Amino acid sequence: MTQRGPSGLLGAYDSGGFFCEVFGGPQHPATHTTTVRERLDGLSLAELRRRAQAAERELYNLGVTFTVYTSREQIDRILPFDVIPRVLSAAEWDTIERGVIQRVTALNRFIEDVYHEQKILREGIVPADLVLGNANYRPQMRGLKVPFGNYVNICGVDIVRGGDGRFCVLEDNARTPSGVSYVVENRHLTQRAFPDLMRNIGVRSVSNYGQRLIGKLTELASGIGADPCVVLLSPGVYNSAYFEHVFLAREMGVPLVEGRDLIVRDDRVFMKTTRGLQRVNVVYRRIDDDFLDPEAFNPTSMLGVRGLMRAYRLGNVVLANAVGTGISDDKAVYAYVPRIIRYYLDEEAILPNVETHICREAEGLAYTLANLEELVVKPVGESGGYGILIGPHASRKALAEFRHKLRADPGNYISQPVVQLSVCPTVTRSGIEPRHVDLRPFAVTGRSTWVLPGGLTRVALRKGSLIVNSSQGGGSKDTWVLE
Amino acid sequence: MNNLLARHAESIFWLARQVERANSTARILDVNETFSRNARGEHDWESVLRLYGDESNFRATGRKPTADAVLHFYILDDHNPNSVLSNVRMARENARALRPLISTEMWVQLNGFHSRLTRLRRPDLKVENLNRLCSYIKESCQTHSGITAETLYRDESWYFHQLGRAIERADQTTRLVDVKYQVLLPQPSDVGSPIDEAQWNTVLRSAAGFHAFRRVNPQSMSPSKVVEFLVFDRRFPRSVAASVLVANEHLGELRLKYGHTARRAASGLLRKLAASLAEDTAKDLIARGLHEGLDQIQADLGGVTDALGREFFLLAETDEGAPSAGERPA
Repeated sequence: MTQRGPSGLLGAYDSGGFFCEVFGGPQHPATHTTTVRERLDGLSLAELRRRAQAAERELYNLGVTFTVYTSREQIDRILPFDVIPRVLSAAEWDTIERGVIQRVTALNRFIEDVYHEQKILREGIVPADLVLGNANYRPQMRGLKVPFGNYVNICGVDIVRGGDGRFCVLEDNARTPSGVSYVVENRHLTQRAFPDLMRNIGVRSVSNYGQRLIGKLTELASGIGADPCVVLLSPGVYNSAYFEHVFLAREMGVPLVEGRDLIVRDDRVFMKTTRGLQRVNVVYRRIDDDFLDPEAFNPTSMLGVRGLMRAYRLGNVVLANAVGTGISDDKAVYAYVPRIIRYYLDEEAILPNVETHICREAEGLAYTLANLEELVVKPVGESGGYGILIGPHASRKALAEFRHKLRADPGNYISQPVVQLSVCPTVTRSGIEPRHVDLRPFAVTGRSTWVLPGGLTRVALRKGSLIVNSSQGGGSKDTWVLE
Repeated sequence: MNNLLARHAESIFWLARQVERANSTARILDVNETFSRNARGEHDWESVLRLYGDESNFRATGRKPTADAVLHFYILDDHNPNSVLSNVRMARENARALRPLISTEMWVQLNGFHSRLTRLRRPDLKVENLNRLCSYIKESCQTHSGITAETLYRDESWYFHQLGRAIERADQTTRLVDVKYQVLLPQPSDVGSPIDEAQWNTVLRSAAGFHAFRRVNPQSMSPSKVVEFLVFDRRFPRSVAASVLVANEHLGELRLKYGHTARRAASGLLRKLAASLAEDTAKDLIARGLHEGLDQIQADLGGVTDALGREFFLLAETDEGAPSAGERPA
């Protein structure tokens, strides 16, 4: 199942039998990318490399970086940028957009139910202990109303595409998803470095994300009065996502505050300005629940604001995302999302899940142990690609060790078949080669949900690797949604 | 429009000071190098250490005060908080914290400046390369000022930037004048003895004031004239008096435009300093003791900084701050 491109830059490209985001699959050759392919073919590899280097240098200069702190020094790293875009057709995007909106809607209904009536738990659709015993379940949220009943205001849904070209959801990020700044910065970079590639191709814009976000956040405060004060709460310059916090605050035109800039007086939230205290109405917080308020959660947190939960419970401030959304993006709850969608919306999932075995269930554990060589096993509490076993790539010794871990603590794991992630032509040392990619669209919800067209395409830069996380050698690509 | 975060006000005030301090350090090293090259006796780098009160910090490096050692200490030593590298690093850190406020162009320039400094190695500091390096540092600091003037939105943050720059410049010019006296005339009683005109020229050149000075004083060159020019001449932009006036004007406007009229301490101190500079003359200052007089100006500027901290920035440090200005001050 090998495909060959035309002569030129992509002439020797071979997608290796995987579904390709630029060439399509054997049954579905991609016709929407013809113009892009022809233009790429007109470039030499040297020219492409030259522009790629200039683009990466620009990322450093602009400080589109995350900072790694060692004991001695700080090192600014960029998320490596691959210049060949991933191109989605209008029809493909339509499916993703509808699927993401459906999913976010169902997750919000689920969270609202869990913190109020708990019908879905009582009816046994989702096991009660899975949710109520979850580390991210927040009893402080019981009975608390949030604007429009929408808890997850900013959501990142990780989507992959298998060998058959179908999209499915690998993971939900319903707490403080990051990466949207790269979506916009990557586009700006492409526009500067490859104006010739984009000319006369209708690509849907991503540059209004900040305006849409502030619009939705303002919507959440519509009960408070006109012109609410919105702030972005960041852990500060030492946080690896600090650049993104800066980016979003600037794009929205709101103050970027840290916990020490805020204070709660009379159960209301204020920020400390040169002119004294100014009332704050909406906090887009990029701090996890645990660190939000030392009075309510982790008492040693230096990042949060003492008394914030009191103000929140009294309705004197809106938090986005709401507290306690972690029950919906748990890797074990994930397995139940198709049923959650059916339960609340009476619809089938537009974007299916990857088949998932829950090791806390005897059946799931038995299946996982019996088929370990063919499965991906994930610890439910981890993120960033840590602690994952990829059966087909693991040594005998690693498999034996993992069996041991599974038996010792089965509730901590889920398993899935290896999804043959789609690939995209990528600039490598040895020329243009296929590399595996995923996609994280971002959905913003106030009264209703809006999805930024495209999303973050992460690419596993190591040959053959299926792990796209930036902490594990991942990079990113510009993602085009054609008009 | 939101008010300025107290923490951001403090950060941009110090950002401006740190860049101006790097600028002045480059000027002082440049001029001292010229002195030490022309000096009659031994090359004296200890005077620079005395000027900044860094004698014991430098001793801690375990090195002799040679040109190489002192230049490294003031340009690249990241353990020395007064080095150019440390100042630019802190300015960049402040700029990172301020990125939601400052322009992208301000950030890109400071980031590039810092990154180039971190790539400097000892050979770049050799005496024969020093003038070129100091010029680069000065130009980069001036570029920062220019980009700031052209791109920073003129709200409170602009005023705090200008205040920081002016206060630091006033302080640094007192040190630049003093370096000359530290080298040649360490005792107040020696002031007024015959001088080396070429060396005063160099002081003026390091402050970029030589030609302006000549226009003002085409006939004569005397220590008292140079002190008059660098300390008291309001038309010379790097003079102490001009910088204090700029600071005073910006603080005055800031208080009026942004409802800070109740905050009087810092502006009171600045007005007093401006008035005393307006009444004083170089002759009187030298007669009373130039070094001591310059020290007093530095102390007064320190008092202004402390008062600004109490009146505008203190909220950043503590939970209990100034009285509430209401829910949404206009």
